[in-house]
Amino acid sequence: MAKYALRLFAGIYLLFLLALPVGLVFWRTFGSGIGPVIGSLSSPEAVHALKVTILVALWAVAINTVFGVGMAILLVRRQFPGKRLLNAVIDLPLAVSPVVVGLALILVYGRYAPVGGWLEGHGIQIIFSMPGMIMATVFVSLPLVVRAVEPVLVEMGDEQEQAAHTLGASGSQTFRRITIPGIRAALAYGVVLCLARALGEYGAIAVVSGRLVGQTQTLTLFVDERFQNFQEQDAFAAATALALIAIITLLLIKLLHPKDRA
Amino acid sequence: MSTETAKATGLAADTPPPNARPDAPESPPSRALRSASLLAGNRGTGLGLGVSMVFLSVIVFIPLAAVVWRSGSEGPDTFWRAVHSPDAWATLKLTVGASVIVALINLVMGTLIAWVLVRDSFPGRSVVDVLIDLPFALPTIVAGLVLLSLYGPTSPLGVDIAYSRIAVVVALLFVTLPFVVRTVQPVLLELDRDMEQAAASLGAGPLVTFRRIILPNILPAMLSGTALAFSRAIAEFGATVLISGNLPFQTQVASVYIFGQIETDNPTGAAAVATVLLAVALLVVVILDLIQRWGARHG
Amino acid sequence: MAIEVQNVTKTFGTTPVLRDVSIDVASGSLTALLGPSGGGKSTLLRVIAGLEDPDSGSVTINGIDATGLAPQRRNVGFVFQHYAAFKHMTVHDNVAFGLKIRKRPKAEISRRVEELLKLVHIEQFADRYPAQLSGGQRQRMALARALAVEPEVLLLDEPFGALDAQVRKELRAWLRRLHDEVHVTTVFVTHDQEEAIEVADEIVVLADGIVEQTGSPQEIYDNPDNPFVMHFLGPVTEIDGRLLRPHDIELSATPRPNSTSATVTRIVRLGFEVRVEMSLEGSHTWAQITRSAADHLDLATGDTVHVRPAANARLLPAGAR
Repeated sequence: MAKYALRLFAGIYLLFLLALPVGLVFWRTFGSGIGPVIGSLSSPEAVHALKVTILVALWAVAINTVFGVGMAILLVRRQFPGKRLLNAVIDLPLAVSPVVVGLALILVYGRYAPVGGWLEGHGIQIIFSMPGMIMATVFVSLPLVVRAVEPVLVEMGDEQEQAAHTLGASGSQTFRRITIPGIRAALAYGVVLCLARALGEYGAIAVVSGRLVGQTQTLTLFVDERFQNFQEQDAFAAATALALIAIITLLLIKLLHPKDRA
Repeated sequence: MSTETAKATGLAADTPPPNARPDAPESPPSRALRSASLLAGNRGTGLGLGVSMVFLSVIVFIPLAAVVWRSGSEGPDTFWRAVHSPDAWATLKLTVGASVIVALINLVMGTLIAWVLVRDSFPGRSVVDVLIDLPFALPTIVAGLVLLSLYGPTSPLGVDIAYSRIAVVVALLFVTLPFVVRTVQPVLLELDRDMEQAAASLGAGPLVTFRRIILPNILPAMLSGTALAFSRAIAEFGATVLISGNLPFQTQVASVYIFGQIETDNPTGAAAVATVLLAVALLVVVILDLIQRWGARHG
Repeated sequence: MAIEVQNVTKTFGTTPVLRDVSIDVASGSLTALLGPSGGGKSTLLRVIAGLEDPDSGSVTINGIDATGLAPQRRNVGFVFQHYAAFKHMTVHDNVAFGLKIRKRPKAEISRRVEELLKLVHIEQFADRYPAQLSGGQRQRMALARALAVEPEVLLLDEPFGALDAQVRKELRAWLRRLHDEVHVTTVFVTHDQEEAIEVADEIVVLADGIVEQTGSPQEIYDNPDNPFVMHFLGPVTEIDGRLLRPHDIELSATPRPNSTSATVTRIVRLGFEVRVEMSLEGSHTWAQITRSAADHLDLATGDTVHVRPAANARLLPAGAR
């Protein structure tokens, strides 16, 4: 029966590509019990890597949320020449390889680059430092909040905002009291997407951070570095932590997915 | 363009499910759109637009332009040499070749999986459905580690494909898994079953029905998902870094090559190959757009 | 005059939606902007509210030139066809919104909201959300919300358009009673002539961006200026190349001065009225007579009957438009 054949094919493919590999990592990690895992994750480098990851991610999410909402409103509620260009630029980050993102930033903000050199002359270091990492993370997660909020702004329509105007509310009052509450759910959704992306970034950060252990090392870089140094227990522990975060994110996203809400 | 490319390459690279993006429902009464210009308040729009353009220029536009500029900054000959040097050329061939293979596999398997998820029902289906997005949510380096543990030297299955081209393909298959599935799924869900029933009543068997009724309707989605998977594959870095061994001329993909060039202080060479990748990505985006328009015309 | 609109023109893209429109709305009146869809009525209303800017012309509200003013500053209440309820706020907070923006003291807001909710009979829903209300209740909430800030002018854009026929009828009557109580200058847009005739003091017939006629419901019905208005406001029939109301036709069994003979083709009994369809000198026409008149005439299909306009009938030459 065709149905069972299809199920078999799909099942085998997914088993060997997805389920077994992921399952194995969990298995390997907790193979000697939970103690060593906690040990690995509480080493000073691991803790520091986690802090760096969270700090960079939070900054990137904050920046992308503010600009994301702003650009979504511009795209949906306003008319202006060059809208198509703006749309295209917002989508650009999606087509770019993470390593190229890193390269791009170095070429402009690196120590020997025009803008970077000038900034460094004034004591501001971008590349191999937090600002660069934040920029790289903002770059790769740029479209997420914008595209999450956009359809909801369209669906909401601007009648509620018009009503608020007729009742005397100014632009900012309307924004605060009507627009933001209206896009609340989609905004939460976009923020979660953005956060997950930011926490998991590897390629761009690898280029832009200089991978300085104990300074600019994120958790993803930690996994890489530990593995390359044959400290597999540590690498696996951190990888599992990241995988757990990924799964939690998946569940959160399923929960927050606007289409499935009442 | 946005909803599709959003699911594209980049969105992927270390991230959560783009399919999750809510589809834009119908627009509100046109009247509301007409009055948008009034609510715009010219001042607000101008300021917002200016700030946005500055933000986007600083973060996206200027850096990317710098890459293209730098690749040509030492003259077209240097560009050509950088791209045509034996290892660069080998890496580009491998990257594009592997990505094409991966895209084609996804075309078939992705559609198959979408079909099973939509048309079949079995215990645990919703769990499988959620897990399809795992490659999106998982950091790529973790994906690499995950594949290496199962298919590398320490494999419990005794399968060791590490440091081979097959490893590159497997890594790319992992990260591109959700693309075709997530573009085809919604189309299958919306498909009007009446058409299939009409075909059956006219004497068509299941295979014929699939070929003549279902396939034409899901083809645009299949193709756009495949294009997205391809874009993602050529850009992939983290998943291939561990399992492929990055052996030049054999298993080194373009992004790893670029990384190497950056580390060894050859930004121009890096930029040249990067520009080629960007051009290929741009081409794919254009093709995607054309596919969507063609699909839209055929309703 | 509460509202004076002078020579307003508005074009969307290449489509002219309002063409040199001028109207006057008397203070305290209840005026209907009546016309077919796409005729410009909603646009005119929105121009008055400040939600659209006219290309040329002016709007004066209670003596003040409002043409350049933002909607916030015009002190007009606006009720939308689809309610534009603030979905994330309770009914109470919706109605209180305008007052909160004006920073009124809490006690005053509380009192006023309660008063208004009672006025529109939804006080029991104060803590519910708009999604939990029926369409009619939501529209009443929208009205209460608009009235809360004591606007000088109340504008309603097809307020009952999204509701069922039954609810529509109830709310129509209710709007009239509300207006009699509250006396705010009110303008509402509708494409339903029955609604306009039943509710309004004054009707402005607007079609294709032009004012066709203004006047009281009775005036417009009895004395339409042109065939378009005549057709729009009620049933129309034709005799001798002239248009008149079907109930303005007199039928008799025997010839009378000015009568023409016709042959009955069909008789339809509709409740207490009877519709008599006839062929008359090669064309078709119809008359509406009462049941008693029909019984008196005792007509059957094929009979000859004599037809003439009633003495006080309004006649219009049939022609273009």
